[in-house]
Amino acid sequence: MRPAIIWNGVQKMSDEDIVLSELPDDELVLQMHDDLYDGLKEEIEEGVQILLGRGWAPYDVLTKALVEGMRIVGEDFRDGILFVPEVLLSANAMKSGMAILRPLLAETGAPKVGKMVIGTVKGDIHDIGKNLVSMMMEGAGFEVIDLGINNPVEKYLEAIEEHQPDILGMSALLTTTMPYMKVVVDTLKEKGIRDDLIVLVGGAPLNEEFGKAVGADAYCRDAAVAVETAKALVSRRHNRGPA
Amino acid sequence: MDGKPEQVRIIACGMIAREVLDIIERLKLGHLSLTCLPAMYHHHPEKIAPAIDKAICKARSEGYERIFVGYADCGTGGDLDKVCERHGVERIIGPHCFAFFMGMDAFTKLEDRDMTAFYMTDFLARHFDTFLIEPLGLDRHPELRDMYFGNYEKLVFLAQTEDDDLTEKAKAAAERLGLAFERRFTGYGDLSTALLETAS
Repeated sequence: MRPAIIWNGVQKMSDEDIVLSELPDDELVLQMHDDLYDGLKEEIEEGVQILLGRGWAPYDVLTKALVEGMRIVGEDFRDGILFVPEVLLSANAMKSGMAILRPLLAETGAPKVGKMVIGTVKGDIHDIGKNLVSMMMEGAGFEVIDLGINNPVEKYLEAIEEHQPDILGMSALLTTTMPYMKVVVDTLKEKGIRDDLIVLVGGAPLNEEFGKAVGADAYCRDAAVAVETAKALVSRRHNRGPA
Repeated sequence: MDGKPEQVRIIACGMIAREVLDIIERLKLGHLSLTCLPAMYHHHPEKIAPAIDKAICKARSEGYERIFVGYADCGTGGDLDKVCERHGVERIIGPHCFAFFMGMDAFTKLEDRDMTAFYMTDFLARHFDTFLIEPLGLDRHPELRDMYFGNYEKLVFLAQTEDDDLTEKAKAAAERLGLAFERRFTGYGDLSTALLETAS
């Protein structure tokens, strides 16, 4: 066991001394933010169960404990304090918390902000960024239909027809596959459905200029930006109302 | 004119330094001099274009009129091309070093078939731990392996040289990543051609 730490003259417990179930709600939520930051999957599962056991609504557990924790992770990733491996561990921890909450959220009819169809484009099998976006969007209250990797335009079209999403998200890691996003957007235009959708694109070699060039509504640098952009564009769209 | 060829500065990725130097020596291109940027920039492609910009300015200040960039696009999403265009210099054609080692024609033909292939070069085989395993955190968190490599099916070792030790290292890397192994000898591919053209 690690020794207790003397900090500002006060003896602070080391992490190993902390018993989650003994913490009051506000401290437990802060501890869960720390545990998410450290990618501690089992602790997150335990924290979620404790809060639910104390009568917390699943939606509150999701937003106050998990999403807020991942927001901090996202900021530190953006600022170069955390790196990809740490973010993936955090994402794994959040995923395990989400697995507990997902059926409960469905049962309790948690508010839905909008619907998104997302997938990595044809020829590309890289999905780390796309998976992070899916998870963060789900955490932010979006219904996410994840098409996985290597999606030809037909697959996007089928999903759009079936699910009638507000947002189409496309991801690519390779310089050789990113131009396919334009193929998809051009097909949406040909079918006359481009303006029915918000199109978001992302991936390491992309930039804002590329996003504009392929006809997307926005390029999203990371998962946190994707969530903020999606929220802003969906709310603008809803405010627009019928013509 | 004294008949000596004009000095050319090659600004290349540290990942291909050994290969560039070998080509210069074998083909007796002594008027080509090499300077390299850190190979680790490949984990931060956003650093490549600004660093090349700076290196070109430095080379110009040292009196080099002719400069060649020993990079493909390398995940810069066109940013490197903008820098090259602004300075009036050229780079190696292709999206990645894998492509120019294979040769652009072969790369384009195999692109679909190799979609689930993780390419490894001599450099990556030689520096597998320091360049891949450690930066990806797999030494500390091997459980992340399938998040990174779960969608790949095979490791294709694009060998620049005939080196049994490197082949064994590449095989071991494939095993560690849980991938099937395939070796293809490429030699230096389009890199030799590009340097020869630059030298002429």
